[in-house]
Amino acid sequence: MTKKMMQGCRAIAEMATLCRPQVVSAYPITPQTVIVEELAQIVADGRLKAEFVNVEGEHSAASLVLGASATGVRVFTATSSQGLLLMAEVVFNIAGMRLPVVMVNANRSVSAPLNIWNDQQDSMTVRDSGWLQLYAENNQEATDLLLQAYRIAEDHRVMLPVMVCVDGFILPHAYEVVDMPSQEEVDAFLPPHKPIYKLDPGKPLTMGAYAEPDKYMETRYMIQHTLEAAIPIIEEVAQEFKRSFGRSSGGLFEEYRVDDASTVVVVLGSVAGTVKDLVDELRDQGQKIGVLRLIAYRPFPKEALCRALGKAEDVVVLEKALCLGSSGPLALDLRSAFHGRPASPKISGFTIGLGGRDITGDDIKSAVDRAQLRLTDIDFVGLREDLELEGINA
Amino acid sequence: MPSTKERDRSCDHLFTSGHTACPGCGQSLAVRLVLRAAGRNVIVVNSTGCLEIFSSKFLESSWEVPYIHSLFENIGAVASGVEAALRITEQLDDIRVIAMAGDGATADIGFGAISGMLERGHDILYVCYDNEAYMNTGIQRSGATPNYARTTTTPPGRASLGNTRPKKDLPQIVAAHGVPYVATASVAYIPDLDKKVKKALSIRGPKYIQVHVPCPLGWGTEPARTIEFARMAVNCGLFPLFEIEEGKTTARKIARKVPVEDYLREQVRFRHLFGKDGPLPEVEEVQGVADSNIERYGLMAKQAG
Repeated sequence: MTKKMMQGCRAIAEMATLCRPQVVSAYPITPQTVIVEELAQIVADGRLKAEFVNVEGEHSAASLVLGASATGVRVFTATSSQGLLLMAEVVFNIAGMRLPVVMVNANRSVSAPLNIWNDQQDSMTVRDSGWLQLYAENNQEATDLLLQAYRIAEDHRVMLPVMVCVDGFILPHAYEVVDMPSQEEVDAFLPPHKPIYKLDPGKPLTMGAYAEPDKYMETRYMIQHTLEAAIPIIEEVAQEFKRSFGRSSGGLFEEYRVDDASTVVVVLGSVAGTVKDLVDELRDQGQKIGVLRLIAYRPFPKEALCRALGKAEDVVVLEKALCLGSSGPLALDLRSAFHGRPASPKISGFTIGLGGRDITGDDIKSAVDRAQLRLTDIDFVGLREDLELEGINA
Repeated sequence: MPSTKERDRSCDHLFTSGHTACPGCGQSLAVRLVLRAAGRNVIVVNSTGCLEIFSSKFLESSWEVPYIHSLFENIGAVASGVEAALRITEQLDDIRVIAMAGDGATADIGFGAISGMLERGHDILYVCYDNEAYMNTGIQRSGATPNYARTTTTPPGRASLGNTRPKKDLPQIVAAHGVPYVATASVAYIPDLDKKVKKALSIRGPKYIQVHVPCPLGWGTEPARTIEFARMAVNCGLFPLFEIEEGKTTARKIARKVPVEDYLREQVRFRHLFGKDGPLPEVEEVQGVADSNIERYGLMAKQAG
């Protein structure tokens, strides 16, 4: 292990390299581009023996790694925003074909209007595709999750794709100290991929068959069943990571000062740092508050979350995504998880930081205050007050 | 050398019977012939379409070679991924990648991915089975639908004579990518198809063969006459058979020229071009397309004198 100050994109590309993917394919999109540029250079320098294939769009990037994965090799791709939406059809297809593809998504808003900055609307759009989704707080975790993603995806009990979500710009473009393992350490943790099935003339099989109504539903049942079964596997891989590397990373979620908290803020990704600072501040003022940062959003660890949050009075969900016309996706999942249980906290949902809008401590404080005052279904935090928004369609 | 009989028997099994293609399906026959020529050491990548539906119904499969179907428009990219994996694992000398798609997947929805596959120089044989419309979804117009064909989305009516645009010239568009081998073939000319598949597979890099495969359902033809219509398409000049190798074109000569009218008249998809008073002037226009092909590719053997 070597601690180095590095840009997030480089850290992610270095870890991807250490994982030894044999086929890499991607299409440039801000803010993912920096990751694949780094990888292209690594391949060009001969440090990674891989086919790096520049394709004509994200639909093809995902399709190309699909084909390579079906042929039995380890693959890597990365995308963001519109790229992920363009891939969406293939994203579902990869999961349906049970291929252990690993992807990094640099979370970015979705057009229109065009905006290249961070939120999580893109990955939330494909949350129901059958992929596992892991959200990173910082670059250390982004690299750690990437390594763990391969272990989870290629586990014969799983055989499903994994998406590592990193907040666009905030992580890939930031310089942080990252503890980077050696090749030997990574090789010991991540053995070569041994596919259960692959395209092989020596043992011909038909992949991507067509299923009529008497067969299709069972394929979906099996993915659902596997995703539920993957919850303890995610924890198991995180524990093994700790044994191998001597520090905690990954798992289902991280709890910060949650134990005796009456108010728990729930978030995904990089905003957790700001929330933790605020939690410290409010704790100093005597508030019993904590933050739960969800790492594994898919599969959604219902039972563990209900145990962790069951004693709180107020759960304040801050989300960089919303289901337009409904509510926040994470808030909806949490409410559904608690539904029918004897004790449920009051779960309030807030939309925050869309399209790269800064999230300040005051914004978070205002959400907490509002939630403690009354139950909030879906409320925007940090909206400009100098614009007349209500009358827009009138 | 095994005898012809032995070779046929061993290879016929690569695309087995029991699939659910329509009677007289030109495509299913062409697939069997392509695989017979290619042999066992291949991986087949197939786009969504008739072929995938009639050959891969879970838990049954007609494929005795490894086969993958992913989606409709991504065959160029999936095949590229299979090829990239074989290349990095150094298996490309032993295993050939064959992409198989219909004309809709090739001319229209999958075109971008195919162009990328060709431009990047992947070692793939791409076979387009051209039946000139989207047959799997029920005979809708594709970019490869010829002039004046009736499809369900180009129906003739009082204000229309069907598809008003000419057939997209895919072989030339593929050739413009500078690939080493482009050919057209027909299910009616089996030794020619066999030879072209074998030649293509002996060449490294992207190869393209467009095989003309009549669709009795979509064309409104007798299932028993599939080969006859395929042969007429070639011999009237509407589907010229040629090869473009490293930019040099050689064509298969027409033995006996058939008037376009003979080819069109008995297909339901062109019936609206024939009124009580005889063929409409558009038949002459289609004859012009055929004549222009004959001229362009030098399809007629030089007559003595």
